[in-house]
Amino acid sequence: MPGVINMDELTDVDKAEMERDQKKIEVKLERWLTSKCCTEFMEAVQAGVEEDTLVKGIAEDKNPFKELKGGCVVC
Amino acid sequence: MGEMEELRKEADNLKDQITEARKVVQDTTLQEAVAGTTLVGRVQLKTRKTLRGHLAKIYAMHWGTDTNCSKLCVSASQDGKLIVWDTLTTNKVSAIPLKSSWVMTCAYAPSGNMVACGGLDNMCSIYNLKGKDGNVKVMRELAAHTGYLSCCRFLSDSEIITSSGDCTCVLWDIETGTEKTIFAGHLGDCMSLAVSPDFKMFISGACDFTAKLWDIREASCRQTFSGHESDINAIGFFPNGNAVITGSDDATCKLYDLRADQELITYQDSGIMCGVTSLAPSLSGRLLLAGYDDFNVNIWDMLKAERVGVLAGHDNRVSCIGVSSDGMACCTGSWDSFLKIWN
Repeated sequence: MPGVINMDELTDVDKAEMERDQKKIEVKLERWLTSKCCTEFMEAVQAGVEEDTLVKGIAEDKNPFKELKGGCVVC
Repeated sequence: MGEMEELRKEADNLKDQITEARKVVQDTTLQEAVAGTTLVGRVQLKTRKTLRGHLAKIYAMHWGTDTNCSKLCVSASQDGKLIVWDTLTTNKVSAIPLKSSWVMTCAYAPSGNMVACGGLDNMCSIYNLKGKDGNVKVMRELAAHTGYLSCCRFLSDSEIITSSGDCTCVLWDIETGTEKTIFAGHLGDCMSLAVSPDFKMFISGACDFTAKLWDIREASCRQTFSGHESDINAIGFFPNGNAVITGSDDATCKLYDLRADQELITYQDSGIMCGVTSLAPSLSGRLLLAGYDDFNVNIWDMLKAERVGVLAGHDNRVSCIGVSSDGMACCTGSWDSFLKIWN
């Protein structure tokens, strides 16, 4: 198990070192063009929208959460 | 130059390089990219069920995901109870009394076998719902955080991730009750976490105004997202796992793309001036439902970043919100002690 880190015990220098080391990792990231990301984002949304009940709505008789008017529900 | 100054200068230099690298790949904005799409139609959801039973503020709720419990959810209230609800019938499947009533979070295991909760007791308590004699008992108490438990999410029946006011997140082995990995790096209380759809990563939002993406097995922070001007209270993955949504006390929600390593868009309105408490995307990700301090839930078109609906029905702050795994309904929990199911 990696050493217990109690944030209260870290000195300001420890924290600054952690921050610097973290940025060294992040600066190396390979980044995609936002145009590619936006296109994929839009496609992902459109792909699922027809099955999305909250967007499309649902017929009263098909709605599992409809008002239970008398009778029994057998689960 | 002192060591502190030296380190700060290095970090600032690296941050400038990161800012530059992000600009270099920003060849369009989401606003430009969606210019040709139509705004989704006005969304008007109705309250289908009201879950009554808690006697105090509700702080958290979580839907079951397994097909056996996709209509079940668990809620946590400062009345000192966890309640597992059958949302179709509004019946209480279990009402679990807690040792500590200062609960801030709850979670349903993907298997449906367990629930977990925690709060100002600094612990994450795991409860077995499928005990032999039908009684729900505490299975484990995960104690090591030195601050409040703000959020917890199961990876499986044997592992859970927690976020804490002590600025860290922890991966636990439930069997042994010990910490497997400590994720440190946030400089403020961690307020919320969400696990990626493939269970390989998780994201955390904190009071240092940043969101961090963590690799669970590598035990490292991959990316840090800034831009918010206040605490991040709520965080979630976009359904396909390629983007992160955050909600903040600065009254905005933001969408960050993991591959571009930057914000794609902000969901804000000059008329909204109160903090975001909770959020959940709809099944396709077309809608973002976000709960605010002003007792409402605003529904946003995630592509066009415009409000397309409001859920008004609670008499106090909406503290938690969740969309069921099949996308059929959304559940809101409030300080007014009620949960409502909408679709």
